[in-house]
Amino acid sequence: MTKTSLSIAALLAALGATGAAAQDACPIKVGVLHSLSGTMAISETTLKDTMLMLIEQQNAKGGLLGCQIEPVVVDPASDWPLFAEKARELLTVNEVDVIFGAWTSVSRKSVLPVLEELNGLMFYPVQYEGEESSKNVFYTGAAPNQQAIPAVDYYLDELGITKFALLGTDYVYPRTTNNILAAYLESKGIPEEDIFVNYTPFGQSDWATIVSDVKALAADGEPVGVISTINGDANIGFYKELAAQGISADDMPVVAFSVGEEELSGLDTTNLVGHLAAWNYFMSADTPENAAFIDAWHAYIGDESRVTNDPMEAHYIGFNMWVQAVEQAGTTEVDAVTAAMIGQEVPNLTGGTAVMLPNHHLTKPVLIGEITAEGQFDIISQTEEVPGDAWTDFLPESAVLEADWQKLNCGMFNTETQTCVQLTSNY
Amino acid sequence: MTATPIALRPRFTLAGNPSVLWALLVLAIFTLGVTVLAEGVGAGVISTSFVKTLGKTLCLCLAAVAMDVVWGYCGILSLGHMAFFGIGGYAIGQWLMTARTTDIVAQNLAGQPLPPTPRELEQAVASQIFGVVGAEDFPWIWAFSDSLALQLLMVVLVPGLLAGLFGWLAFRSRVTGVYLSILTQGMTLALSLWLFQNDSGLRGNNGLSGLQNIPGLDQWGQDAISIGFFWASALALALGYLLFAWLTSGRRGAVIRAIRDDEARVRFLGYGVEGTKLLVFTLTAVVAAIAGALYYPQAGIINPGEVAPLASIYLAVWVAIGGRGRLYGAALGAALVSLMSSWFTGGGAPDIPLGVYTIRWTDWWTVLLGLTFVAVTLLAPKGLGGLFDLVPRRANRQGDWGPDDGAWRSEEGQP
Amino acid sequence: MRFLLALAFVLLGSAAMAQSLQDLLQADPEAVSNPSRRTVGEVLDQLVDSGLPEVPQFLERWQGKEVWQRASDGLFFYAEEDGEGHVLYDITSGEEVGRAGPRDIKAIKPNAGVRGVIGSALIEFQLTDPDPVRRQAALAAIADDPAPEHLEPLRASIAAEEEPSIRVRKERLERLLSASFEDDREARIAAIGDLGSDITVEARAVLNRMLASEPQVAASVPADANLAHAMTPGSAELPREAAYAMLVDAGLAAPLVTDNEVRDALVAAIQDGKVGDMAVAMLGTDEARHVAYDALALRDGLPPRVTEAEMEAALDSHAFWQGYVEPDQGITQAAERALASAETRVGVYKTADVALDAVSLASIYFLAAIGLAITFGVMGVINMAHGEFIMMGAYTGYVVQTLVPDYTLSLILALPLAFIVTFAAGVVMERLVIRHLAHRPLETLLATFGISIALQQIAKNIFGTQARPLTSPAWLDGAWVVNDVLGIAYIRIAIFVLALLFLGLLLFILKRTRLGLEVRAVTQNPGMAASMGIDPDRIAMMTFGLGSGIAGIAGVAIGLYAKVTSEMGSDYIVQSFMTVVVGGVGNVWGTLAGASLIGILQKGIEWFNPSNTLAAQTYMILFIIAFIQFRPRGIVAMKGRAAGA
Repeated sequence: MTKTSLSIAALLAALGATGAAAQDACPIKVGVLHSLSGTMAISETTLKDTMLMLIEQQNAKGGLLGCQIEPVVVDPASDWPLFAEKARELLTVNEVDVIFGAWTSVSRKSVLPVLEELNGLMFYPVQYEGEESSKNVFYTGAAPNQQAIPAVDYYLDELGITKFALLGTDYVYPRTTNNILAAYLESKGIPEEDIFVNYTPFGQSDWATIVSDVKALAADGEPVGVISTINGDANIGFYKELAAQGISADDMPVVAFSVGEEELSGLDTTNLVGHLAAWNYFMSADTPENAAFIDAWHAYIGDESRVTNDPMEAHYIGFNMWVQAVEQAGTTEVDAVTAAMIGQEVPNLTGGTAVMLPNHHLTKPVLIGEITAEGQFDIISQTEEVPGDAWTDFLPESAVLEADWQKLNCGMFNTETQTCVQLTSNY
Repeated sequence: MTATPIALRPRFTLAGNPSVLWALLVLAIFTLGVTVLAEGVGAGVISTSFVKTLGKTLCLCLAAVAMDVVWGYCGILSLGHMAFFGIGGYAIGQWLMTARTTDIVAQNLAGQPLPPTPRELEQAVASQIFGVVGAEDFPWIWAFSDSLALQLLMVVLVPGLLAGLFGWLAFRSRVTGVYLSILTQGMTLALSLWLFQNDSGLRGNNGLSGLQNIPGLDQWGQDAISIGFFWASALALALGYLLFAWLTSGRRGAVIRAIRDDEARVRFLGYGVEGTKLLVFTLTAVVAAIAGALYYPQAGIINPGEVAPLASIYLAVWVAIGGRGRLYGAALGAALVSLMSSWFTGGGAPDIPLGVYTIRWTDWWTVLLGLTFVAVTLLAPKGLGGLFDLVPRRANRQGDWGPDDGAWRSEEGQP
Repeated sequence: MRFLLALAFVLLGSAAMAQSLQDLLQADPEAVSNPSRRTVGEVLDQLVDSGLPEVPQFLERWQGKEVWQRASDGLFFYAEEDGEGHVLYDITSGEEVGRAGPRDIKAIKPNAGVRGVIGSALIEFQLTDPDPVRRQAALAAIADDPAPEHLEPLRASIAAEEEPSIRVRKERLERLLSASFEDDREARIAAIGDLGSDITVEARAVLNRMLASEPQVAASVPADANLAHAMTPGSAELPREAAYAMLVDAGLAAPLVTDNEVRDALVAAIQDGKVGDMAVAMLGTDEARHVAYDALALRDGLPPRVTEAEMEAALDSHAFWQGYVEPDQGITQAAERALASAETRVGVYKTADVALDAVSLASIYFLAAIGLAITFGVMGVINMAHGEFIMMGAYTGYVVQTLVPDYTLSLILALPLAFIVTFAAGVVMERLVIRHLAHRPLETLLATFGISIALQQIAKNIFGTQARPLTSPAWLDGAWVVNDVLGIAYIRIAIFVLALLFLGLLLFILKRTRLGLEVRAVTQNPGMAASMGIDPDRIAMMTFGLGSGIAGIAGVAIGLYAKVTSEMGSDYIVQSFMTVVVGGVGNVWGTLAGASLIGILQKGIEWFNPSNTLAAQTYMILFIIAFIQFRPRGIVAMKGRAAGA
């Protein structure tokens, strides 16, 4: 039995000691909460590297408030409860000043209660389904009105599409986005029966039947467009099947919200030329800022073939905003930084400026790109900056809600009854 | 169990099972020690997040002990016990979510000019819970979610019925060995796929979250709640340990182990093999579910990924590393491996620079775990628990009825 | 500078004669550089009307994203990349007129909608163009956006068409346009009738467009209505609420007062904690609110609540029907007949298509599972690392492809190499681990699981977490298309052939070779086999290697049609187990039966429930669990003593 108590005691000592260690103002600690193993590592590892690069750059510029910035990297291993545990550890044991992290909605929802309980601060870099605004989170990715709605507008106005196939992986982002899109399409006069919806599991690889089903939709004589919220590596099989069945972008365009340069790097895109993706950033954006960012990334990662993508830009904007806010507030204390964040401006890599809004979302331009044979995107449409809307206007329950942390000090304000529904978030 | 009783160990006593006594003593000392050192009530050496980790570890230990009984003692390699664990978590999570949301909604609606109708209240609660996943109404599966008592009953009832049904079907048709393992894995996969669907009404991939906020205990703060759950987990582990020590003792225990070693022979001897297996399978499933119901309020979120087949295989891995066929071994394995996992993946272990290549443990921990596991299976089938055999033997020691020299020991059951 | 001057001269010179293309474009440069489908028509009309000879070429280049605009003066050019910058060419003469630095000019990228409109404008130039590619482009543009004005030029061009395939295409399009736009009613009905034998999506699209209908309501069906079918309120097609909403929209009934409206009205009427004579605190139920509202409605003249009886009466006194947009009954009837005959055939082909998909899925499962089945049969062990051998094979394919850029050659190399690599890995694993766990199948299962997670993580550490490309050679691109409904990707056919090959090969090895004889002997009775001089250890090693090697080849095949990631193995492992268990252990035919059953079942369930693939997988597993109850030893169970082993 001595063995048991010994090993536990040793573990206790190891973990307890770090917990009790005193914290000074320097160095400033930045928590990086991205999965480095498990299913999401495919996307999140890149973001961890981006953060380390940004921190290195900032340190080379002399750090922040006279301190060096120290990254604290943990691996929540694509295990959603572990996100909560690691976040708590980062905030209470490592005592980080800010967390950059999470990718999936469920991981964000897992971290949220911990952040709100301990008054932490997190930057969330991925496009998501909206319907949320937490006091403790800044959403640097797109809300649905900054990605999905403009893409549908493009379909309706520019391609004249009147019949829609919404294909998605079965989880909250596609579900909510598709609900919003269905409501939006209905408001644009597209009847319900002209909207085909299909959900597939994560990692789906057998797409033959689904693609034929979608192909058959065109028999009604209406132009069909596919809106894909298929996530992660399931896209590879999907696009291979599209190419094999010869569905060209002219017959039936596919616009994807989760397919970026990173996903295309696992594919031969010659047969996919012309299919679309909607993002707020493309690597092919031709601006000096973007060229500098790509150069820095290649130099940091030591591989010229690595691509950049939208969530990386989100981290770039988020981190620079946070640095500005800390400098303005003169402290890393969460309430002061949160207050200083609103109204911060950082130039986008695609041109224009990102502004942090009182609802903790950004203004972002919406870009629509056509896939090229090189695995990149031809930007064929770029809008002015669109302000992110936390609560969509197209679902009746959320149309009455509003988030404003500056004047109303509430992330879920019911404009009909003029009351704050709750100060914390829905998890 | 119709045969004439052989007069072996008629009664289970603690004194007759020193290993049980020792295990409970260590658990008690550990619980007190952690409490004294914890942030919530004691010296503040152990952070709340680590208390939660320890509390969760105790729940995993309980699940591992249950797994040990079904596998190490009864010989059924179930790759589905984490599914029952998950069901327990879902059952309690439904109440936690509904109760917490009802509080919030009632508070908000109280500020309205008209008192809310029951329908308005229910709709508001439903849209808070399911709005996140794009639905507005309570699915049928949430029918009892407003009652703590009923949901607690569900914690026991649902896994009990599922395990009972599955076990009855499987054991009746004499599915054994590897087949049975694959079948339990299939059951787990089906359950997790079902849960993954949004249409099943349990919020799909998002699962149930915010479970650490216990309704009615808001004023306590997480540091105190974590201690409360830690104690509850320790108590559950102690009771579960006692239950299983009792179950696996005496004649009944001998039959259970005999089924593991030669099922056909036990059947020919006139014992009801199917009934015993079903009892063990169902009982362990229920205990695993109780462990889950204590685990997820500490973890804060449950989602279908928790029920995936991999989780159940890991449970078996813990038991194997700890040592099958001894309850303390299973608990030890679960505690050690899960704590080590969180230490290694948390970046706690220092990197090893090898000149050309630096071994980062976040990358290599899984490899180490996998290979360790192979090594243990090959070289030390008794697992960590086997270390205790090195302690000089005492006459009345019991509890090392491992798979290799278990049931037919000459001094079977002698005190 | 000199270039600019020269350019200015050119511009002036041409302006003297007529308006140049550049001038035309400069009239509204924004419409060219940033066009929208809705507005580009104007510019196109101007360009086409100008009659300038260079217009068709400009339109083609514009459509092909080959026109550039100089940032400094907004002039349009053709450009060619040259080192860091671009060489510019004049859009009229095509002569080189200068150079531009990296960010001096901007490519004009019209979107697909605009490109389509440009394509329509080009039809009249391209329909009789000597270049067959252009003629095909014109036909594609017509098919994309059929319009009445295309009918005559298309007809006129048919006679002179020499290319047979294009001629066929032109004739088909002529039929389609004729069915839609012919002025002569009889000719049109005849053209519609011709479409009945045509099951292409295009033809059905034309018919369906004619049969477009919308829900209508009136006191009774008017005599001149072209009725598709009547609808009854309360049916699945037309729920009562929807029917009533139609009445309200048509102004035929009073709108419902919703519960929210009731609430708002009551809130507005609160005075001194009371609504009318009811205390606010009493209004916590729907019934109380309704009573209060009814009183309030009487008092203040609010719209009364529509009672159930009133709703019922309103629905009963009106007729609901689906009416065709097309007023001519003769045409809709012809279209209905044609469509019905097409749909029957579509149904048959659709079934055949699903069957093909099922066979394809079954062959994938077969390939993934057969290696597992062999080892399970001979040694009674389940290899949890089997999925990782699949992954290893796929990564071998990827590595070969990075070294050998020719896809065909690399595939030819990758297949045997994947076999060798995984064969070796399997043999090593058998010697180091499995042999030492003989007769402990459950421990073997877990030990191989340990190897599986270690291998998966090692793959991650070596290849990274991103999916890696494994591209099939060009001759496997595309699909074998019978018609618009029935078709299957070549890569899937290739996998099917591969599965057949391995089925044959395994049967040959097992039934016709010394090794196979020994394997069968060991499978049936290892003790007896050993006493006959067969070395069971060697046989175990060989079968394990063989099973693993086939997994490696399956990996290449799966990587070609789906993805290559470190986790691809775990996607297939449980399905493979199920295949083996359902089929029956240790028997090639059993695995084939298992794979077929699972593949067909999954596709069948998917077909009936197309919007939810997850549900299909769940039901399939439940079915398998139930199936095992009835045939615990699988479809093809071994007989005799071997069954007891």
